[in-house]
Order: sequence, then structure tokens, then C-alpha cells
Amino acid sequence: MTNYPPKLAELVEDFAGITDRNERVEALIEIADRFDTVRVPSEIATKPYAETNHVQYCESDAYVWALDNPDGTIKFYFDVLNPQGLSAMAIAVVLDETLSGAPLEQVAKIDTELVFKLFGKEISMGKGQGLMGLIAMVRGAALDRLKS
Amino acid sequence: MSDISSRGYANPDVLVSTEWLANNLNTAGIRIVESNEDPLLYPSGHVPGAVQIDWTNDLNHPLRRDYLDKAGFEALMSKNGITNDTTVVFYGDKNNWWATYAFWVFQLFGHTNAKLVDGGRQKWTQENRPVTRDVPSYPATSYTAPERDDATIRAFRDEVLVHVKAGLPLVDVRSPQEYSGELLHMPNYPQEGVLRGGHIPGAQSVPWARAANPDDATFKSAADLRAIYEGEKGLSADDTIVAYCRIGERSSHTWFVLTYLLGYKNVRNYDGSWTEWGNSVGVPIEK
Repeated sequence: MTNYPPKLAELVEDFAGITDRNERVEALIEIADRFDTVRVPSEIATKPYAETNHVQYCESDAYVWALDNPDGTIKFYFDVLNPQGLSAMAIAVVLDETLSGAPLEQVAKIDTELVFKLFGKEISMGKGQGLMGLIAMVRGAALDRLKS
Repeated sequence: MSDISSRGYANPDVLVSTEWLANNLNTAGIRIVESNEDPLLYPSGHVPGAVQIDWTNDLNHPLRRDYLDKAGFEALMSKNGITNDTTVVFYGDKNNWWATYAFWVFQLFGHTNAKLVDGGRQKWTQENRPVTRDVPSYPATSYTAPERDDATIRAFRDEVLVHVKAGLPLVDVRSPQEYSGELLHMPNYPQEGVLRGGHIPGAQSVPWARAANPDDATFKSAADLRAIYEGEKGLSADDTIVAYCRIGERSSHTWFVLTYLLGYKNVRNYDGSWTEWGNSVGVPIEK
């Protein structure tokens, strides 16, 4: 957790303190409700989106875009085509709010275990893997830039 | 989609329309139950008055790979204000995939007073019908369940082996790629957890979602369903059939279709499914 960017470390710590499942769910829904703030604007991408932005394993049809900031960091945008893909929306908001603008070295180290730190261990295998796919896309964008 | 009564189902009364549900939100003696894969959906907004029954936390045994027992089912019913006489109306996400799974578990305990909302959550929300985040609370009931019946609609591995040796029909409801052994899980899901790919010998491939209309998640008409299961695959209502998928959830949907919509009398769901069969030593597999 110490390797997480400060905003993400704070969020993970907050979730670690949640022991009640309903409270956890409510917190995630509140986050998902902010999805419009991270949705990809039309000047960056319009449907049908390119397959290269499509998240593997995510049945909610999630997409990720990584745009370079002038300071070398990344601004992330997302779309989730399934209107009932609330879990994907929630993780997308978390990733943008905590990783956009963060140092690439830190973004490149984000582990997919983050899904369980936020959603708990009860999340179904299929759903969990889809959310991990979102994280993997974000992490991959940072890794690509560090390699080049 | 046409009226449920005009679709030629063997048991049309097992389905209710979204309109019927809207008109019966406050009808006494009814308990509306939502059952989803995504744990965020129900709390984010559900049919007013509906309770949630979660397939992981409510229907499964907390330790063993099995379903809850008699005492657990009675406690679940009591907690949700369901009596032995309550009509339980199920709905859920993904073509009612998880709702039929819950429906099937309820039948293990003989709660036959059960219905399914045609089109489920997808159709309800497409029609912009009301949803709420208010979680209802109902007075606890006293519910008496029989011991779980694992013989009538549930099949275990050794029984499936006997079934295979007898040359009786099976329906593999997974994706064509899982059936062929190319994939070990649904497309777009992780490929893990099973050591061998393929299908149980003799099984016919009928992906479960073929029974639903993709536009609104309603069920296809009986004629369209017969064209699939009987016309294409040669099954008949008199057959003794085992349906399976990966862990028994998708196949509960097919079990529902064959049993209630087409009126087949001897359909069992093999919930061990491919995660058990594909990991078992020495069982026969076809590709």
C-alpha cells in the first residue's frame, strides 16, 4: 500500500476500515455515481470505439483512454457501455481520481489486488477479473511510457 | 414481445410481465426478490419493495461447495419475510440468469409458489419503471422447509457418469468455444480453474442465452424454443436430460426453460458442472 500514490493509498485505507458489506457497497455506489466526470469526451473518442481501447475480460464493455499531460503524467478517460456496469464505473472513477496526474512509476506498480481491497473478497470471479482488466489497461499505459 | 399467454408455454403462469409486476408491487402475499451477479446493482436501485437474495452470500454454504441447508433456507426465508404461502417473484440481471439460479435453489426446498419476471431487470429499466434505493424490511416469519431434495432436479457427478454410460441426453449450455475445449471459461472471462477442456460425451451444445431475446431479455416463444432444442438438437419432452455449464448457474436458466416453458418432466441441473468434470480424474471427455 505504501507504493500507492497518496490519493489511492488514502482511499484504500478508508476501505480497509469498512467492515460492513452494505457500507462498502454504498461507498462504491457513491463513487460510481460520479462516472460522468470521467467519461471520455466526444472530442477524444466517439462510438464505435477502437478495439485497442477495449478492456479485456470486462463484460460491461469498458474502454480506457490514456492521454499524455504536458508534465509527462497521464490523464485517463473511460467509458462503460453497459448501463448496469456499476462496478466497472466505480473502479473507473477510482482510477481517474487517484491515478490521473500521478507519477508514472507509481501508476505502473498498481496491483490488480486493488479490486479486492475495494470490493471485498465476495466479488464473483468473472466480475473481479473484468475489473482487474481495467486496472491492467491503466497500468499498461504507464508501463508503455516508461519503456519508451 | 407478445403476451406471455400467447407464446405457447407449457406453464405460462410461471412467468409474469413487467406490467404485472408494476401492478402488484403492494399486493399482499407477494415477495419480490432480485438476484444479480453484480452486487452493486440492487443497492443502486431496485423494484420498490424488492429484497435481494445474493447467490454467493445467501444461497451457498459458507464452507463447503454446496447450497444452504434446511435450517439455512428457513432462516433466509424468515429474514426476508417469506412464509410457506408467499408467492416469490424473482427477477435479475443478465436475462434473469441469476434469478433462475435462485429460483432453482428455491425448488430444491419445494417452494413451488414462485414466478419469474419475463425480461427481468433489463426490461424493467428499459421501460423506465420506478426503482428505489430504499431497502425494505419485513417482519420475520416462521418458515418450515423440507430437507433439501437433491434427487429430483439436481445431478451429481457420479449420477452424470451413469447418465453418460446409458447414452441419455445432456445439454451443454456454455459458449461454443467452451464446448469445443478451445476455452475453459466464457469468452471475455479469465481462462482458469479447470485442467481439461471439452464437453461431457454425448452432450448437445445449446448456449443458454439462445433462449432469450437479446433486445429485452424476454424468453423466446415455445415454438422458437422447440425449434432450437427439438428441431436442431432432437430432444423431446419425454427425455431424461442433464444440463450443465461451468458451475451450474447458466444451466439453471436452461433447466427453467425446458422444465417450465416446454414442459419437460425430467431435467436435472448438474451444478458441479465443468469446474468439477474438467478437473476430475478419469472421467470421459469429448472435444
